[in-house]
Amino acid sequence: MLGKGVVGGGGGTKAPKPSFVSYVRPETRSCSVAQTGMQWCDLSSLQPQPPGLKQSSCLSLPSSWDYRYTQHAQEIHTNEKEVTEKEVTLHLLPGEQLLCEASTVLKYVQEDSCQHGVYGRLVCTDFKIAFLGDDESALDNDETQFKNKVIGENDITLHCVDQIYGVFDEKKKTLFGQLKKYPEKLIIHCKDLRVFQFCLRYTKEEEVKRIVSGIIHHTQAPKLLKRLFLFSYATAAQNNTVTDPKNHTVMFDTLKDWCWELERTKGNMKYKAVSVNEGYKVCERLPAYFVVPTPLPEENVQRFQGHGIPIWCWSCHNGSALLKMSALPKEQDDGILQIQKSFLDGIYKTIHRPPYEIVKTEDLSSNFLSLQEIQTAYSKFKQLFLIDNSTEFWDTDIKWFSLLESSSWLDIIRRCLKKAIEITECMEAQNMNVLLLEENASDLCCLISSLVQLMMDPHCRTRIGFQSLIQKEWVMGGHCFLDRCNHLRQNDKEEVPVFLLFLDCVWQLVHQHPPAFEFTETYLTVLSDSLYIPIFSTFFFNSPHQKDTNMGREGQDTQSKPLNLLTVWDWSVQFEPKAQTLLKNPLYVEKPKLDKGQRKGMRFKHQRQLSLPLTQSKSSPKRGFFREETDHLIKNLLGKRISKLINSSDELQDNFREFYDSWHSKSTDYHGLLLPHIEGPEIKVWAQRYLRWIPEAQILGGGQVATLSKLLEMMEEVQSLQEKIDERHHSQQAPQAEAPCLLRNSARLSSLFPFALLQRHSSKPVLPTSGWKALGDEDDLAKREDEFVDLGDV
Amino acid sequence: MASASTSKYNSHSLENESIKRTSRDGVNRDLTEAVPRLPGETLITDKEVIYICPFNGPIKGRVYITNYRLYLRSLETPLFAFLNEEKFNVDGWTVYNPVEEYRRQGLPNHHWRITFINKCYELCDTYPALLVVPYRASDDDLRRVATFRSRNRIPVLSWIHPENKTVIVRCSQPLVGMSGKRNKDDEKYLDVIRETNKQISKLTIYDARPSVNAVANKATGGGYESDDAYHNAELFFLDIHNIHVMRESLKKVKDIVYPNVEESHWLSSLESTHWLEHIKLVLTGAIQVADKVSSGKSSVLVHCSDGWDRTAQLTSLAMLMLDSFYRSIEGFEILVQKEWISFGHKFASRIGHGDKNHTDADRSPIFLQFIDCVWQMSKQFPTAFEFNEQFLIIILDHLYSCRFGTFLFNCESARERQKVTERTVSLWSLINSNKEKFKNPFYTKEINRVLYPVASMRHLELWVNYYIRWNPRIKQQQPNPVEQRYMELLALRDEYIKRLEELQLANSAKLSDPPTSPSSPSQMMPHVQTHF
Repeated sequence: MLGKGVVGGGGGTKAPKPSFVSYVRPETRSCSVAQTGMQWCDLSSLQPQPPGLKQSSCLSLPSSWDYRYTQHAQEIHTNEKEVTEKEVTLHLLPGEQLLCEASTVLKYVQEDSCQHGVYGRLVCTDFKIAFLGDDESALDNDETQFKNKVIGENDITLHCVDQIYGVFDEKKKTLFGQLKKYPEKLIIHCKDLRVFQFCLRYTKEEEVKRIVSGIIHHTQAPKLLKRLFLFSYATAAQNNTVTDPKNHTVMFDTLKDWCWELERTKGNMKYKAVSVNEGYKVCERLPAYFVVPTPLPEENVQRFQGHGIPIWCWSCHNGSALLKMSALPKEQDDGILQIQKSFLDGIYKTIHRPPYEIVKTEDLSSNFLSLQEIQTAYSKFKQLFLIDNSTEFWDTDIKWFSLLESSSWLDIIRRCLKKAIEITECMEAQNMNVLLLEENASDLCCLISSLVQLMMDPHCRTRIGFQSLIQKEWVMGGHCFLDRCNHLRQNDKEEVPVFLLFLDCVWQLVHQHPPAFEFTETYLTVLSDSLYIPIFSTFFFNSPHQKDTNMGREGQDTQSKPLNLLTVWDWSVQFEPKAQTLLKNPLYVEKPKLDKGQRKGMRFKHQRQLSLPLTQSKSSPKRGFFREETDHLIKNLLGKRISKLINSSDELQDNFREFYDSWHSKSTDYHGLLLPHIEGPEIKVWAQRYLRWIPEAQILGGGQVATLSKLLEMMEEVQSLQEKIDERHHSQQAPQAEAPCLLRNSARLSSLFPFALLQRHSSKPVLPTSGWKALGDEDDLAKREDEFVDLGDV
Repeated sequence: MASASTSKYNSHSLENESIKRTSRDGVNRDLTEAVPRLPGETLITDKEVIYICPFNGPIKGRVYITNYRLYLRSLETPLFAFLNEEKFNVDGWTVYNPVEEYRRQGLPNHHWRITFINKCYELCDTYPALLVVPYRASDDDLRRVATFRSRNRIPVLSWIHPENKTVIVRCSQPLVGMSGKRNKDDEKYLDVIRETNKQISKLTIYDARPSVNAVANKATGGGYESDDAYHNAELFFLDIHNIHVMRESLKKVKDIVYPNVEESHWLSSLESTHWLEHIKLVLTGAIQVADKVSSGKSSVLVHCSDGWDRTAQLTSLAMLMLDSFYRSIEGFEILVQKEWISFGHKFASRIGHGDKNHTDADRSPIFLQFIDCVWQMSKQFPTAFEFNEQFLIIILDHLYSCRFGTFLFNCESARERQKVTERTVSLWSLINSNKEKFKNPFYTKEINRVLYPVASMRHLELWVNYYIRWNPRIKQQQPNPVEQRYMELLALRDEYIKRLEELQLANSAKLSDPPTSPSSPSQMMPHVQTHF
């Protein structure tokens, strides 16, 4: 029985290559598969096998192979149940445990608008759901050099699972809780927008029960923090976690880090770092160290457990600062309200001292986005990309723009960017301090303050700077990653993709001003994926307090050495150095270093923005640091800016427009102030993140990657030429440093690179399958004749 | 109409719209001294000005200010192209030579011949003089077929696949009419075409129209190839709408980008213009044509109603996908000359050069739509085209400008009568004498690569750099930073190569003196080694 067909292949046990690839639909064109087979051979023979994969030689299939399959498809299905699949090994991380598994599961693979299946084993561990199929050999090519070392492309971490659907008699239903009946097909929608479809029809009933209920339980049941895989991993991998020595990300977990940041931004004149919250004695929502205005008495911090305290985020070159504050608890009692009021008045006086310092308060809890809005928008938006099949893709294609708009995700991005520009305008053009106010100061505060810093501070656009920014504003700022990502599945209502919204806003900036950022959009994409990998501590706690209190080990069996948790900034954990080159933007040019003498002028590094409304009168803003300084002084002395405080909203709009237009009418200094365009056509869909798994959306051999790879090739050539010249100059043999290049054979990379794992191998075009939408009011025109013009007159 | 509507969104460069509008009329008004005045209208002042028209370039004229209006009268006479005395070092009129182009395609061959039957435009007055037809069809056959095709536009070859010899053939609709007329000669002729590549499969006919329109056309004597009459043909409708729908669609595009760009409802208003939807359908149709031909399964015949609008779009786009030659600057010029200009796309009627009737129902941005499709393709395949966006924009600018003779008149016979090639300058002269400006630095020549763009709304974009280029708020990064960086690197590379050569020369000179110096590593250049 086993010997039947090709699949049996000697009992299916010791064959060098398990050939479980099969066709579900007999009508599938055979030619495309033959091509695929050929291509695998070609590519894998060129490429050395990645060490991690215990794959044997490449697939070399006889040309009649697929044909036989098509014929025997039905038989094979019935015969294959007993085939064992020992060949494919499951890679477990330290501390990872296998929980349940099922064999002869069929994974659907989309190709050329028809689906075929790959047989394999579906397993569920306490870290991930993994499919161990046979098609991995297809990916031993160039593209998979961008391989994640932690997550294979058939792996789904438990935290990455978004929704699970079961198909019962062709009907798709959401699966949760205890099941009475088990589905014949399992559809998993992931938070990184992959869609997996597994057919369980050929799996033993016992195994179906075990795997389905196992997956549902482990991904959807509420969890305890202590049960996070993070801890088992850290315990098991205690000794072999190597931290990257090149990782200079400022973590902001020491007083020194904050002092350093104060010094970097020249904020130390007016602000001081305090350690009053050491050991979280005062407040659990605040980090152990933070920065407050110098005149603020430290005991004030304790008064309302850190509420009502302006916390410093960043200082602008002109001395104005961005601050945030969590609102005081709402009280009914008049007496307490009075106390609160006088407390706040006292606080205000420390930062609002006209004419020297003026503060503008931005209440982000009201008149701005609500978390609810963000949640609703994203849940609509993501559905547009979680596409089950080709028909769905083309059906939604016609209404694409209105579907996008009705999700209002792009509009939310626009509003965030606009708010950040408004605040930038206040700080930059009007020299005002801006105080962001929010209930907990840990959601939209994080978002807006990091966007403002990204626009104003070129340091934040380097990779280290960006990572430090996220550490400062999000991780130390107490953004509730655990709740907002719903990692513990305790409360679905709390799940709001605020951080993702931030990354999408950053992407808009990166997309509009590519040379300004040291990192690429790929970096942002993998960063967004890292949200769901529970071996990094970065995105798995609600606050630094929660992290620190959970660092100690449970049990008494080990020494009380604290756990060593990985941070996501250590990219070598996920990617080989070669793959990491894709995170670095080849267009980015570092700001030329100023020598010692000029360094004094560093305060005024954003020179181009000085020619903004307030300083318009200046003749040559590009020159004359000193004139700039005196100008500020005069303005301060004259107290001109007091009037600016009394702004009607119309005036505000005008200021905004003027600021925005005047910036955009000049050429861009990538090392200065950077503003995004926010007009309708300029806010775009982050195609790399959202479309990357959809084969229909793939442009074979096209897309931005085509030009980028040309650019990298040229850089390599220039570099090697330079080396040759150096060599000649020094007439000594320089070590041949082969520049890593991932983008060889670029001509056939797809637009989805480096994520195009669902490669279409054949060159058949994708054709829309849906018809024409009614034109509505134009119907009469459409029915008209083309023309009846006598040609004789020409 | 297209010229009028497109120019309207550029007019913010002027404070007063009426100046612009009248300027258009003014171009073609007779040079009578007085301004045509309404009863009671009096002239206040007049002044000589130069109006910078975004499409026509500077126009000299006189502004008359009356108590009723601003009026600009151009001092230039109609159709500047005939007065243009620009001299270029390249003659653009020689770019396209039909015989040479067909020879490049390997024609004539055993199955296809070049015929001069239309030398005096007697067979078909809107076709070029030179046609490629099946070898087995006699001139008499052609004449008989012509009677059954709308405006005598018989099926003729546009492109032949170099390997599998399948062809793209273009024509107009058959004159089937309500009664369902048949024509044995036409049926036989299509069968002859089918047989030229020795395939037994059916001939594929793509009717660019929506099927309802094709049916409706029967009422006016037109129609489509029915299954009964054409046993060996398979007919597909491509659902591309007519010129009126396209014109209205572009008008709506204008409305959403001028004077202000719609902000929060941008996407739905963009969708409501249907412009990208039409682009999608045109591209989808062209992909189908290209795919059929490239697969070698059958030859393709393309027609719409008259075979000069949608047909030209489909054949030229399919050829652009199939033949990398057309993706070079000169190749594209040839493509436009061949499929559009010589095969009688009615530029004069569609654009309305020198015609004051803006609301003429004949106006339609069909050629603009084609260029937009090309732009979409170049966006999806940024290394596949030798030309850049600027090239496409300059073609469109001079489509309306009347500075060159290239797009004047409706067909070749009219151009010949007006001696356009003698009396005007070709746009290609301007472009080819300054090619560097229009080159895409990323261009990688790939022969025999078929390009299939993805005709999905997820990838189609409004061509902001063209449609909204006059809006200062929508400022495009010019030049594109990737391109800029690439050019820098190219310059750097050339400099390094030069320096390396110099060093090598110096080195080899030095080496020849003291023979003890350490030998260079393996990558020593061959000519250095010859010294030893």
